[in-house]
Amino acid sequence: MSWRRSGAFCFLAGLLGSLCCFVLPVHAQTGGPQGASPAPPAAVSSPPPADRIAQLEQQIAEARSSGDNAWMLVSSALVLLMTGPGLALFYGGLVRKKNVLATMMQSFALMVLITVLWALVGYSLCFHAGNPFLGGPGYAALRGVGPLPDADYAASIPQQTFMVFQLMFAIITPALITGAFAERMKFSAMVAFMALWSFLVYDPMAHMVWGKGGLLNATLGGRVPTLDFAGGTVVHITSGVSALVCALYLGKRLGYPRAPMPPHSVVLSFAGACLLWVGWFGFNAGSALTAGSLATSAFVATHFSAAAGALGWSAAEWLRNGKPSALGAISGAVAGLVAITPASGFVGPMSALTIGLVAGLLCYWMVARVKARFGYDDSLDAFGVHGAGGTIGALLTGVFATQAINPIFKDAQGHAVAVGLLDGNARQVWNQFLGVTVAWVLSAVGTLIILKVVDLAIGLRVPEEAEIQGLDVSQHGEEGYNLEA
Amino acid sequence: MKKVEAIIQPSRFELVKTALAEIGVEGMTVTDVRGHGRQKGHTEVYRGREYTVDLLPKIKIEMVLPDHLVDSAVQTILKAAKTGKIGDGKVFLSNVDEAIRIRNEDRGDNAL
Repeated sequence: MSWRRSGAFCFLAGLLGSLCCFVLPVHAQTGGPQGASPAPPAAVSSPPPADRIAQLEQQIAEARSSGDNAWMLVSSALVLLMTGPGLALFYGGLVRKKNVLATMMQSFALMVLITVLWALVGYSLCFHAGNPFLGGPGYAALRGVGPLPDADYAASIPQQTFMVFQLMFAIITPALITGAFAERMKFSAMVAFMALWSFLVYDPMAHMVWGKGGLLNATLGGRVPTLDFAGGTVVHITSGVSALVCALYLGKRLGYPRAPMPPHSVVLSFAGACLLWVGWFGFNAGSALTAGSLATSAFVATHFSAAAGALGWSAAEWLRNGKPSALGAISGAVAGLVAITPASGFVGPMSALTIGLVAGLLCYWMVARVKARFGYDDSLDAFGVHGAGGTIGALLTGVFATQAINPIFKDAQGHAVAVGLLDGNARQVWNQFLGVTVAWVLSAVGTLIILKVVDLAIGLRVPEEAEIQGLDVSQHGEEGYNLEA
Repeated sequence: MKKVEAIIQPSRFELVKTALAEIGVEGMTVTDVRGHGRQKGHTEVYRGREYTVDLLPKIKIEMVLPDHLVDSAVQTILKAAKTGKIGDGKVFLSNVDEAIRIRNEDRGDNAL
């Protein structure tokens, strides 16, 4: 056997072995009640009123929980849909035909890899109590993560639902980065890079913003309360900035920028973008963690921002080029969706329109002007859309967040106080800036270290002939389209 | 026998095919091609980057015909394919040494 094959064999054997160790004890611990709600106790002659009221209260709580859980499971599915096939199609259509499968495979591989890492240790590192920067190992192998809620995070749904919802975010975040090094990164190097990135960048960032005791957590003990409803800093800034670092480190594609490399199928990208828009309802409205009016508010804000983003980008294109393109319109919508992500559960509909419009214009400028001026090959504009859109969205969250939508800050007596700048709390903009800075620095430094390590170990870029031949054939032994067959 | 090769606008293809069938032309090979003579292309813009597209889609029809059909076939094609604008295409004629039907190995005009 070659070294590579025996290495893969050892990895698989080790994985199976360690999984067996976890399956047996965990079975004993999480044998909780099966099904959402136990059958109501059989009514005997007539129970005393107090008992009956207690029974009814329990049933009401279970019904409410059932509604929340149904929505949260659907949201989890929607967010996964955003990666596969949403992002896979969106990115797949933008690359040249010879790289379409390799590009889609990168997203799919993350659906696989991150799930396994999350189950083993990822969820714990994000959401178990630990220090301000990283969670502890208490939830390793998902021990204790079962049907009972964790009241700190989401009191009305099983913690297992919360875990699987968060998993979908952990999947899509690294998938966004693949846009920066499209058409030239080795598949093996990508897998190694992403595994390390999930530990070194995503898990710490998610813990800091959303985990108990995280440095930036706005409600659970953070020293620098940063408002991030669904992941402007955790998902978009980390992936966008990491993408820029990757693009700069790996260098440009052969022939860029002189050789023409238009998208091989804007049709695929269009389908992907629409799936992203719809899936984003799960991403943002699902981050309410309940099925109540806050979810509705986030849903509406998300949709409005997408529309305004498309409008902004298309208007800018129409004015500059004389024609609004389909690719521009869908890119604008994505920009709006990115920017509203941190703000979605904190701002009103009109603010959402504003945020979307600003993002559409800013991201258009980043992609059509700034990228050309500086000459970096961020192939699918991961930094231009996610890095820039996430940054402006996180900052504008500090401006537009209001207690009228989400009374998230309370004083000592439990009364709601000002949230963002429009409410009168200018300090929040500064806190947002701090949180954004932490995200930028962690992503840039972490990514650079990981790139260097993986480069030294196995090399990052495919050889020239493989890049010319195309990654579908050179990395995966397949062709995307065999239309003559 | 002669080979008649015609490169025409895709939008005229159905008319040409029908007209040729009417004069008794029974076999042809059709390919999608791209090319240009004097016709100018256009520019496309993707995310702020401009691409010049100067190879335009055309249809190529190839037929091998017995000598007595060649003139009427050429006239038919010219009439059906012409729009009067630049980009209408061209017809090329060349001599063919031999034609053989694969099924029964007929040769010459019998194979056409």
